[in-house]
Amino acid sequence: MILSLLILIPITGAILIAFVPREQENVVKWLALGTTAVALVVSLPLYFGFVDNASGYQFEEFRPWIPPLNIAYHVGIDGLSLFLILLTTFLTLISVLSSWTAITDGLKGYMALMLLLEAAVIGVFVSLDLFLFYLFWEASLIPMALLIGKWGGSRRVYAAVKFIIYTMAGSTLMLVGALVLYVNGGTSDLPTLVNNLELSQNLQIILFFAFALAFSVKVPLFPLHTWLPTAHVEAPTAGSIMLAGVLLKMGTYSYLRFAIPLFPDALAYWSPLLVTLAIVGILYGALVALVQDDVKKLVAYSSVAHMGFIVLGTFSGGQQGMSGAVLQMINHGLSTGMLFFLIGVLYEQRHTRLFSEYGGLWVKVPVFGTYFLLAVFSSVGLPGLNGFVGEFVILLGTFKVNPIAAALGTFGIVLAAWYLLTATRKMMMGPFNEANKNLKDMNLRESGIAFALIALCFVIGFFPNLLFDKINPATVELAEIIKATALLAGQ
Amino acid sequence: MTQLIWLTIALPILGLLINGLFGRRFLGNRVVSIIAPLMVLLAFLVGVGAFFETMGRDGEAVTVHLWNWTTIGDFSVPINLLVDPLSLTMVLVVTGVGFLIHVYATDYMVHRDDHGHAHDDRDFPRFFTFLNLFIASMLVLVLGDNYLMMYVGWELVGVSSYLLIGYWFDRPSEEQTPIDLGPDTEPVQLQPLLSPAASGMKAFIVNRIGDVGFALGVFLIWSTFGTLQFDEVFAEAVHVSETMPTVIPWITALLFVGAIGKSAQLPLYVWLPDAMAGPTPVSALIHAATMVTAGVYMIVRSNILYSLAPNVSLWIAIIGMATAFFAATIALVQVDLKRVLAYSTVSQLGYMFAAVGVGAYTAGMFHLVTHAFFKALLFLGAGSVMHALHDVIDIRRMGGLKDKMKITWITFWIGGLALAGFPLMSGFFSKDEILAHVFEASPILWFFGILTAGMTAFYTFRAIFIAFHGKPRDHHLYEHAHENRAPITFALSVLAVLAIFGGLLGLPAFMGFTHYLDGWLEHVLYELPHGAEEHHMSVTMEYILMGTSAVIAVGGIALAYFFYMVQPSIPQNIARSLRSLFALLAHKYWIDELYDTLFVQPGLKLSNAFANGLDKLIIDETFIDGSAKLVGRFGKLLSKLENGYTSNYALATFIGVLIMISYFFLR
Repeated sequence: MILSLLILIPITGAILIAFVPREQENVVKWLALGTTAVALVVSLPLYFGFVDNASGYQFEEFRPWIPPLNIAYHVGIDGLSLFLILLTTFLTLISVLSSWTAITDGLKGYMALMLLLEAAVIGVFVSLDLFLFYLFWEASLIPMALLIGKWGGSRRVYAAVKFIIYTMAGSTLMLVGALVLYVNGGTSDLPTLVNNLELSQNLQIILFFAFALAFSVKVPLFPLHTWLPTAHVEAPTAGSIMLAGVLLKMGTYSYLRFAIPLFPDALAYWSPLLVTLAIVGILYGALVALVQDDVKKLVAYSSVAHMGFIVLGTFSGGQQGMSGAVLQMINHGLSTGMLFFLIGVLYEQRHTRLFSEYGGLWVKVPVFGTYFLLAVFSSVGLPGLNGFVGEFVILLGTFKVNPIAAALGTFGIVLAAWYLLTATRKMMMGPFNEANKNLKDMNLRESGIAFALIALCFVIGFFPNLLFDKINPATVELAEIIKATALLAGQ
Repeated sequence: MTQLIWLTIALPILGLLINGLFGRRFLGNRVVSIIAPLMVLLAFLVGVGAFFETMGRDGEAVTVHLWNWTTIGDFSVPINLLVDPLSLTMVLVVTGVGFLIHVYATDYMVHRDDHGHAHDDRDFPRFFTFLNLFIASMLVLVLGDNYLMMYVGWELVGVSSYLLIGYWFDRPSEEQTPIDLGPDTEPVQLQPLLSPAASGMKAFIVNRIGDVGFALGVFLIWSTFGTLQFDEVFAEAVHVSETMPTVIPWITALLFVGAIGKSAQLPLYVWLPDAMAGPTPVSALIHAATMVTAGVYMIVRSNILYSLAPNVSLWIAIIGMATAFFAATIALVQVDLKRVLAYSTVSQLGYMFAAVGVGAYTAGMFHLVTHAFFKALLFLGAGSVMHALHDVIDIRRMGGLKDKMKITWITFWIGGLALAGFPLMSGFFSKDEILAHVFEASPILWFFGILTAGMTAFYTFRAIFIAFHGKPRDHHLYEHAHENRAPITFALSVLAVLAIFGGLLGLPAFMGFTHYLDGWLEHVLYELPHGAEEHHMSVTMEYILMGTSAVIAVGGIALAYFFYMVQPSIPQNIARSLRSLFALLAHKYWIDELYDTLFVQPGLKLSNAFANGLDKLIIDETFIDGSAKLVGRFGKLLSKLENGYTSNYALATFIGVLIMISYFFLR
């Protein structure tokens, strides 16, 4: 029941908000906060009740939905999705809190959309039925596009339209692919299809493309990434947190959940391309980030690079790479979410994100400066923090399979240090820029948010096995699939 | 105490948490300056306890298991601490010297006006937070029992270094006064000094370049041995080198790339001189005594791997000696006291690599330890001078300071003698041991080593004579100069004693003494089963080499005395007649400019081309928006439905989906 509750709670919250009079802004806020808090609390038993080292799905629910067509409401989670759900409930709460004073007009619609977004994203992560999945996948687009389009920056409509058209165009083929699977397998139930369906290699190659295209746009994988910086620059702070934090993960998660187990025989064909694009993304994203003059754009391009690591781990790293990829999805959500949040704190006061408007801020806002530095360290992948573990095991796993790819990826961490420390130097260090003389340091709400985010980063950095123990049973099966097909391909 | 060795890491972490979270707002600078050194002192005491226990166990290693860190399939790394003679040697140096430097910094970091009133410095707790962080990081590096923990520590000391170099992050870059070469000669212009923020960043990035090599080395170890635990890797090493002869050379070479970065060897040494932008205690602790020696520690720890890769080792010796020589030439003409010492550090690290490269692991460790004493002493002495002169560090503005700062002067002399390798000082024994081993391996390398030794003695005493002797050059500064307070003179005095007597750890065996360090480190040095037969040189040869070292050291000092005390016109005349060579050295061979032209600028150009050309114009505007426009135009022809409302696009998609679904059902 927990999984269904997690979808229903935010929807209920959104409906309740709809009935609150427009002027009652505080009621709207507290209702939104209450809903996300309840959702977070309800999601915690998923972690504590999760059985370690067990294969298969947990917290499964199965209800016939359209019985004549064999389409069911089938949800369940395993190590791949568990932490993404927790990340979603956590980051939605953070998003609502971070919008506390930033959003002044249309608060009602804004909060309602935020909650609907949460419901849709959780739906994506729990669906075990292709059509259910597709429904949530597309449903998640709408609130996000509206959040950008109404509460965004000056080119918000362009960014929103680009976002929705781009991702929809990407996922059209996926629907076709899902239909082909349905026609061939007679069901849209994922576990059944994975276990029973025997497709020819050529068909698998084609269907893999149809699915992977949708996922790769979402990730986004180079060269399908240009919607992302536009969307981030225009999106409100909370929109960016949700976009980078959880929406991009829908892409990388779905590779692992759908593309690999459904089309194992296509991997030998597509993996080299995906690995190459991931490596290009790591280096290219970093280089482009280096010369941005808008800090949000810099973080957006850093996402292209970071997501590249996740794709690399997924397709070339064996089990270490895949577990690392799952962990890195969480890590990227936390560290990039935190960076976007912190940029939002500045933006709320200064209404600019240009490096040239900042400089020497650490003197003026020491608490902010410290959190910013810690977020940067997490993003750069420093040990003790979360990013290190993920990147290390991804590259370690990749090295065993493909040393050249690992070497190029490892070089990406030099570039990451270069652009992120450059950003830190331009904003936080150097002579103080007097334009910021009225800047206020973080208040209790803001430092509370930052503390919660960075505390999780430290916990993961020190005790990654808290996650790996639950992730590994899912990745070991995927790794077996890949190993088996690699053997077949080798023969 | 051995089982409690984790306290050595936990205590500084506790200190940094207390000072970092509460120092600024609640504790005040006085409490902060008690907590930070106290934590390091307690860590030192735990280390001493573990040391005696390990002595009692006859050097046998003990592993302390803390928790399982990362487990994925057949990859598993625990957080274990390894207590053995090698790690304890490092622990004692790091916490011992670290404690003295913490004490020193409690006064050094306080800025006073001319009446001795301390400024209320709000950043003070931040400094000690970072300094404690460094101690904890360095201890992770040396105490880890596997390569991943070593890598973790390796990265963490880099962060601490970044934070501490950039401690005065709001200071701008500084112009340097040109070097005057006398009347009617154009002075030699000097490059401006990088700002602390830029220096810290440079250090971090150059180090990360090295770390790529280190990380790949670690990956290769895992994919070869299936483990990263030291004991398991070393146990399999001989077997692996027989079955896969190319792997171990690769591993050792890759790990050494990391050492080149961390320990500032050619060609990645460029960050270390700029690291002098950080506060002087940082230069002493991180950039002289401890962090920069991590590469040497790593090689001694992995000694069996390096012994199994003789060609790589030979290259390490060559790179080490080349660095020693190269850096010493630059140090000859530097006018910034800290930079003289910085290049000297690069040079002395070169000696250590020459030692471990020729397989003289104990000699390398010996020099690591004595160097930690005397170079920390010299840096702290330079800091003492700076503190007295209100941050002036240019030796051209000093002179005659010996009368004003007796303790600093005497202890700086002691440090200088030890660095120069003056007979019976600690540096004499350790350097001589290295040179003897290098001579055995290659007389050519030895020749460069002895040449470097001569330059070392010369440049060290050049600085001493200019700064402390002769007449004051800047009377205002001189008048205000004064000896520093007790925390500073205390640290100087203790380190001076260590710099004199540190040599007792490894008195030459050929003279009939006991080489304590040899016996102590024996347990961590592996013997190859069919190792080359050890052929010792004759005792006569040992005496000849030692005599040469002594003569060279004294000669270098005497030459500096003659140049700067007796005939001060000589060095200027030489510089004038060899102007281009002098300028080349003063500009550090233009290496920074070379790297900028070769790597940084092209990198930025490529970035710009990608960002503005490929990404914006080609991928986004041409392909993505272009195809959207194409579809848009096509759509306009078809209908006038398109009005920019998202709902209409959604409707269109919905209809499209319906059409596709019907196609599948009806076909």
